[in-house]
Amino acid sequence: MAHEHKLEIFRGLLKFKSNTQKIWGVLIFLTIVTVVEVALGIFKPEALMGKVLGMKALNWIFIILTIVKAYYITWDFMHMRDETKGLRRTVVWVAIFLILYLIFILLQEGGYVFEVYDNGYIKGDF
Amino acid sequence: MSTVVAEGKTWGGGNQPLKVSYGKMMMWFFIVSDALTFSGFLAAYGFSRFKFIDAWPIADEVFTHFPFLHGVDAPMYYVAFMTFVLIMSSVTMVLAVDAGHHLNKAKVTIYMFLTIIGGLIFVGSQAWEWNTFIKGDYGAVQTKGGNILQFGHYVQKDGEQVFKRVAVRDFAIAAEHQDRAQHQSKNGIWYVDEGALPNYTVDEVIHGLQANKDVLVRTQIINEEGEKTVLSREESINQLTKNGKLYVEGANLHVNEYGSPLFADFFFFITGFHGFHVFSGVVINIIIFFNVVLGTYERRGSYEMVEKVGLYWHFVDLVWVFVFTFFYLV
Repeated sequence: MAHEHKLEIFRGLLKFKSNTQKIWGVLIFLTIVTVVEVALGIFKPEALMGKVLGMKALNWIFIILTIVKAYYITWDFMHMRDETKGLRRTVVWVAIFLILYLIFILLQEGGYVFEVYDNGYIKGDF
Repeated sequence: MSTVVAEGKTWGGGNQPLKVSYGKMMMWFFIVSDALTFSGFLAAYGFSRFKFIDAWPIADEVFTHFPFLHGVDAPMYYVAFMTFVLIMSSVTMVLAVDAGHHLNKAKVTIYMFLTIIGGLIFVGSQAWEWNTFIKGDYGAVQTKGGNILQFGHYVQKDGEQVFKRVAVRDFAIAAEHQDRAQHQSKNGIWYVDEGALPNYTVDEVIHGLQANKDVLVRTQIINEEGEKTVLSREESINQLTKNGKLYVEGANLHVNEYGSPLFADFFFFITGFHGFHVFSGVVINIIIFFNVVLGTYERRGSYEMVEKVGLYWHFVDLVWVFVFTFFYLV
């Protein structure tokens, strides 16, 4: 059975000799990302506490690193890299579009409810 | 004429435009729908968090334990370990899939086995995490408005004043005479009973606070520096006597000593739902493992089943990556 695997990651920057080698390479990368996340979470550098687009810069870093990890799990462990464009788009775009829509609506609404409490229309602290 | 031929080719069946088998494609579509379910939960968590953005519990003050290290403040190390275990079991899974492509039965068997072990370690760790969270550590008092008052005192550390939590059991003065005993069904009508009573009454906590001059109350409101607000001594006693209603220890679906009960509700629901996925993944992996051992796929000449459960297993790992970020890091 011929199973073709695309063996390069980071847009061709890193090319592996075999699929097994690629798997270990991706594991090392994911481990590094996780270690960075945990280290940032424990030390919480003062420089990253400033707000960017309404959220702490550190939290943005966490979310971006998470999406990076999700990308490599899907693309290399779940072999999305080797699937056809059609399947890739069907799965990824549908999910991403619906999830972004849901997140936008719920967070917007949550922020609004907070304002209502905060402006004293409803008393929450007694 | 030629269009008829083309139509026959396109719509006559047997085409695989996405170049995957039916089973694999359906696994992908199931994963999409399951991903949307999890997103719904996590977005709902985000909603509640934004609703109480100035009073949400700080995760690394909640999950500070590591097995066998008692009293050591180890925020997040254990979750990081769990994350690593799950990623590692994902790796053994994808190695099993790879060995399956080479029709190497022995290797598939070993890697499937390791994957199952990884999954079991993860589920066990989660059970431990739940147990620690349910038991709690410091105890707190819930106010009439459902807010949480925690206790602590200032200590010198490296020449700085640092606020250190104090457990209620270390300063509360237990009354000699108990007013209330737990009402059990054997003492009255057989269908009327109540849950366990709190370890302390609010009065006992108040007496303890009055007797210990250095203990202060910490509210759940987050201040400018991103820390929980500590009240002055006078305010502490005032706040506790005026508003204190119930002593709580640990967390369940009703109360949560770490802050908003919603935090505990979402924690139990989302990590529970994820843990259920891991558990069912382990069960499915075990079934496939035995099929591999029995040589079912060897005879079939294709290890695609391993690939399909592999997709599910990686998905479980993928979800955990997000749960980890939104519950423990952000």
